[in-house]
Amino acid sequence: MFDAAEAAVEGALAAGATYADARVVESTTEYLGARNGQLEQLDQTEAAGVGVRALLGSSWGFFAVPSPSDAEARRAGARAAAIARASATVPGPSLPLAETVPVTASWESTFLEDPATVSVGEKADLLVAVTATIAGVEGVGVAEAGAVSWDTRKWFVSSEGARISQHLVECGATMSAIAVGDDETQRRSFGGVGGQFGTRGWELVREADLPGNAQRIAEEAVALLSAPRCPEGTTDLVLGSEQLALQIHESVGHAIELDRILGWEAAFAGTSFLDLSTLGSFRYGSDLMNVTADATLPGALGSFGYDDEGTPAQRVDIVREGVWVGVASGRDSAAVSGLPPGGMVRADGYNRLPMVRMTNVGLLPGTSSLEEIIASTDEGIYMETNRSWSIDDRRLNFQFGCEIGWEIRRGRLGRMVRNPTYTAITPVFWSSMDMLGGPAELIYWGTPNCGKGQPEQVGHTGHPAVPARFRDIRVGVRG
Amino acid sequence: MTAPGDGGAPLEASAFCERVLEAVGSGVEAEVTVRQGLSGLTRFANSHIHQNVAEEAMVTRLKVCVDGRQAAVTSTVAAGDPRSLVERALAAARLRPVDPDWPGVAAPAPPPAVEHYDGGTATAEPHERAAVVKAFVGADPASRAAGFCRTSGSSVAFANTAGQRVTGRTTEATVEGIHRIGLSDGRGWHSSASLTELDGAAAGRSAAAKASGGVDAVDLEPGRYEVVLEPACVSDLLDFLAWYGFNAKAHAEGQSFVDLGREQIDPLVSIVDDAADGRTTGLGFDAEGTPKARLELVREGVCVGVAHDRRTARRAGGDTESTGHAVAGGEGFGALCTNLFLLPGTTSPAEMVASVDRGLLVTELWYTRILDPKSQVVTGLTRNGLFLVEAGEVRGAVRNLRFTQSYVEALAPGNVLGVGDDARLTVAGSVAPSVHLASWNFTGGAQG
Repeated sequence: MFDAAEAAVEGALAAGATYADARVVESTTEYLGARNGQLEQLDQTEAAGVGVRALLGSSWGFFAVPSPSDAEARRAGARAAAIARASATVPGPSLPLAETVPVTASWESTFLEDPATVSVGEKADLLVAVTATIAGVEGVGVAEAGAVSWDTRKWFVSSEGARISQHLVECGATMSAIAVGDDETQRRSFGGVGGQFGTRGWELVREADLPGNAQRIAEEAVALLSAPRCPEGTTDLVLGSEQLALQIHESVGHAIELDRILGWEAAFAGTSFLDLSTLGSFRYGSDLMNVTADATLPGALGSFGYDDEGTPAQRVDIVREGVWVGVASGRDSAAVSGLPPGGMVRADGYNRLPMVRMTNVGLLPGTSSLEEIIASTDEGIYMETNRSWSIDDRRLNFQFGCEIGWEIRRGRLGRMVRNPTYTAITPVFWSSMDMLGGPAELIYWGTPNCGKGQPEQVGHTGHPAVPARFRDIRVGVRG
Repeated sequence: MTAPGDGGAPLEASAFCERVLEAVGSGVEAEVTVRQGLSGLTRFANSHIHQNVAEEAMVTRLKVCVDGRQAAVTSTVAAGDPRSLVERALAAARLRPVDPDWPGVAAPAPPPAVEHYDGGTATAEPHERAAVVKAFVGADPASRAAGFCRTSGSSVAFANTAGQRVTGRTTEATVEGIHRIGLSDGRGWHSSASLTELDGAAAGRSAAAKASGGVDAVDLEPGRYEVVLEPACVSDLLDFLAWYGFNAKAHAEGQSFVDLGREQIDPLVSIVDDAADGRTTGLGFDAEGTPKARLELVREGVCVGVAHDRRTARRAGGDTESTGHAVAGGEGFGALCTNLFLLPGTTSPAEMVASVDRGLLVTELWYTRILDPKSQVVTGLTRNGLFLVEAGEVRGAVRNLRFTQSYVEALAPGNVLGVGDDARLTVAGSVAPSVHLASWNFTGGAQG
């Protein structure tokens, strides 16, 4: 497959590109979905092709074809260069690339049990069984469960001499119970946003123990229908680690993307409230806040060996003791900003242009525990599992809804509350964090549905997180 | 690209469908779709083109059902010999449990005469998109512009073992972007089936005017305000109503707000889905090969219909049939409307603004997420232009606000004060006018 990638690069250079790289990608995806004790959907997808990126002046040109033959790849390279050349109609400053050492390398993710070797029948039985358990609880209207696995092989070649092959195996699963009331529905899910996912094998799904949690989430969904509403007001907020993972994703992970900071995503995804001139001095949060972007974490969904520019996976400090110190970057954005490249450029398949993507953006654990956090909270709300998320185009003003909450009174969990929501401004929120769970509660949550770019791309990101407490947060916003 | 056949689809695609069905053999129900085409997107930021992409694609999707067990395989690599694709699909199907809701494949039926297609757009070159971008950016050289111009063309062939054969082709072109002055953004866009119809300069002028008007934006206390929502906002309302409301699966499960036959929406509002209307884009048949019918969803405030695929129609029983709104892989979510229209009224946007005592003119809603599908409570923010209206006149710009609002309640009887005569194709694909609403619940401002 390296031959096709090399042909693509040669095609681009021959057509005038000053730099070119190409990825041949072969990928398969399998999704099974069950509902109310029946397997509803079995979908398999296979894709293969070559995407080539050519740099000319101020713009990337990119072209992709669904055939990795050498001749087609060479033609794709020439088209990519021609597309880049057409950009000169509306030119800008020439785009530099930060220097990296071109490598010849091969990398594979590790797993114990290849999802491809687990039979469709076994996967189906699992999902059918847990949805039957959920649907069997009186008051549940809909029981859903799903399992997905991805197998991706890539061959990368650059005009600077890099030749890298990679093989990634990822998978995950989810399940939800929905109770339907007269005027609203209540949902309880297992896992983080849409489940739990990782760069791991089927052992991840076995460890998740869906059967052991099905009855509980079903009963909680039903109980939520008659629970009191989350009170409105300002109070202390305690978040479970799966909700904190999304909080990190939205209010840190996207905000530190260098392409957003530079305005390259301004019209669609938006920009960032962060100003590069304050890198190293801006107070992002409290002293407890330490965030890294670490693509080397074994098993986390945002891990890999090399990014889609051929830069090795690395750990980058993002926030240190509350101060903003790092960004998510690639070779072009780093060079424009005078920063070292972060190795965080990836593409959604062979047919998409690589762009800045979060890796595993996570909060380093503290020294406390969820039990201790609740015990030391006189009055507040504890919330678990995201249900809705919304944040403005500068990543400042956010509002999140969770599936379930409990009042905290004098150090103990009290009544369950429904429709819990909270809202705040990003740096104010993070500055209010005063307690953080310890390493024993650290979980690498995975987010397989991060949307960005045009045409829109779906990215896989990871978010190590622990429970945390935030002081004086507005909760209970309602329509 | 191969030459179009009589029905508009490439001869190669139709022929490949037949080869796939032949490989499936007898005793198996199957449906196959082949889509091929070219798409390109020219992206600009900081007033110059920075990312410029294009893709040739050929995708084959095969769904089979063996003894009540169904599975689907989608492939970009099946263009040669279809046997591998067929073997994979059959093997997967045989391993799974029986699907008691398998509805069978669609019977032969002709699709409506729909062709939202322009040959020049299907094969558009990057310099043609760049010219549109240049016009957009040039509308205000002093501000920073960002956005995109895209073109796409695809030809689709569908065949199944019941004898249904349909083909179609469609194109789409859009320019959309912002002009930015300081932190003030204004947005403009133009969508069409034809690239030559796009007016990049007009879209750019619209964006620049909004940005200029927003330079001195002030904070406004959150609360309930009368609003005039421009078409991009109304498109967002239509999407949520359709995804979670006019969705037969959600309706059957009690997760939809829709109570058929009841007046739940203001009588000024009528909503339909109509793939044949000349103002929209897309194909005249769905992922199951079913012709798309014009579907009335709301008739003068009364909910009268929901979108079905073959699975939900079978479960509904009686004489219920698919309305032609199946989407590939949609078993879990249900049928979706993709050609929505909120039928226009007779009031101009200027007349709407003139009738506002104190309220807000909203350009766009952003990052909207549903809190509960049944009550249709949605949170999101305004973006790219928010203006205070007092005594019928625009007084000035306001900084963006967050809202938490039930979309059904916003459109409830008595809450719709006017429907605009300015319906247009939006970037999201629906055709929507401005609407004037009595109340909208803004729950936060720039300070939270």
